[in-house]
Amino acid sequence: MTTAPLAPTARPPAWTGPVIDVDVHANVPSAETLFPYLARQWVDWCTERNWKAPQGPTVHYPPNSPRACRPEWRPADGRVPSSDVDLLRRHVLDPWDVDHAIVNCYYGVDSIRQPDWHNAMASAVNDWLVEHWLEKDSRLRASLVLPARDPQSMVDEIRRVGSHPGFVQVLLPVRTDALWGRRMFFPVFAAMAEHDLVAGLHYGGTNDGVPSTTGYPSYFIEEYAAEWQAFGSQITSMVAEGLFQAVPDLRVAVLEGGFLWLPAWGWRMNKDWKGLRREVPWLNEPPSTSCAGTSASPPPRPRPARRARSKGRSAGYAPRTR
Amino acid sequence: MSGRRFVVGRASDLGVGEKMAVEVNGRSIALFNVDGRYYGLLNSCPHRGADLCQGRFLPLVTSTMPGKYTYDAERPLLACPWHGWEFDVTTGQSYFDPAGTRGRPYKVEVEKGALVAEELRRGSLDLTPEQYARATAASGQGRVPGPYTAETVAVSVEDDYLVVDLRPPRPTGKRAERQNTA
Repeated sequence: MTTAPLAPTARPPAWTGPVIDVDVHANVPSAETLFPYLARQWVDWCTERNWKAPQGPTVHYPPNSPRACRPEWRPADGRVPSSDVDLLRRHVLDPWDVDHAIVNCYYGVDSIRQPDWHNAMASAVNDWLVEHWLEKDSRLRASLVLPARDPQSMVDEIRRVGSHPGFVQVLLPVRTDALWGRRMFFPVFAAMAEHDLVAGLHYGGTNDGVPSTTGYPSYFIEEYAAEWQAFGSQITSMVAEGLFQAVPDLRVAVLEGGFLWLPAWGWRMNKDWKGLRREVPWLNEPPSTSCAGTSASPPPRPRPARRARSKGRSAGYAPRTR
Repeated sequence: MSGRRFVVGRASDLGVGEKMAVEVNGRSIALFNVDGRYYGLLNSCPHRGADLCQGRFLPLVTSTMPGKYTYDAERPLLACPWHGWEFDVTTGQSYFDPAGTRGRPYKVEVEKGALVAEELRRGSLDLTPEQYARATAASGQGRVPGPYTAETVAVSVEDDYLVVDLRPPRPTGKRAERQNTA
């Protein structure tokens, strides 16, 4: 059933314009994959603990769940789906004649609490993305993986690799220790804007963060269906705290977050802003205008024209902010 | 009542920064003394009808950048007691939507007692219902003399009086443009 739309179908009958898949996943197949990009100290750190992978992704994307991957994309030899560029070519890039695809590697580095190891793992993932993805296929672009637990380390990593032409976005897990609009993150977003990187809020995030506003649910379905709450909280934070006044060039994309909640959210924010705007006087316009989707200056890089179906959940909404 | 202008009280009753509601010809009007100038607004928030007169004056706060504030006590805004919508009582305009959301302003003039007495005599000026009642009581035996002279309503020629004008204001700004093009 699920194979029908993809396998034998050529793309042109469905759509003749350019296709940019804004959210394809690349999976780190094993800790050992990253060892070439890690200092000896951190390799030993992994092996001494028999550490295999960050916990986060297995919670958000249960590895063998049909929700996590289409069956035809699971290699018969047991390899991790979408763990190398050949698999991605065969499954997505070639059959759909994709002009560009943005690779998001949600490795879950933010599941790691040891700050230096956490930083080292983020850098290792980025170096692996460059060598094994960006340099292997010119159609690919990628999101930078950041050590999301520490703003200064985030800035440092953006400065280290953010100028690589293949990186067009930063992957920000939507569930975090602190809301992204908090002022301590302003320098991080300023660094993104400086490097012309989109802030890509993506499903997932540290799995010790509570996924709802009032505690832990019992079932995956609760977490899965209600994740928009986290997106709503983050967008509310980023707008209310004045992030878009502080960093006016910042662009934000919501990935795997849906968008149907946005109009209701905007209505409510605007309503309350009329009476509470004294608290946040930098909001000179109704808050929803921050997500209005127009920009005075054209973006320097091609924007996604249309999103093809990609692995995992539907992604979709990519508001331009201004 | 013949005219659309009503004397509502002594100017000295409304000190600088003070507000009061008066009943004029069946409607409640909020009066404000902003730095010695007098302004009137229909005492009903355009949102849900709260008594604007019960709102607080709050300094105008503006900002162009998170954490940078301009806090201007010289330009207070009246915050509606229910939802906090802010209004400029000098124009009726709301802060968040000056063109589209506004209170109904009324002109408030200060007139010398001598002129008020003369206008009352001529009938070009009316009394508030409250003053009407007082005037009636003062006249004795429930018989109403007319027109209402300065003496019977105790208009003192030495005092200044507040006169509310219920006539629609002249169209200005966007509304005027709309009317002109309509």
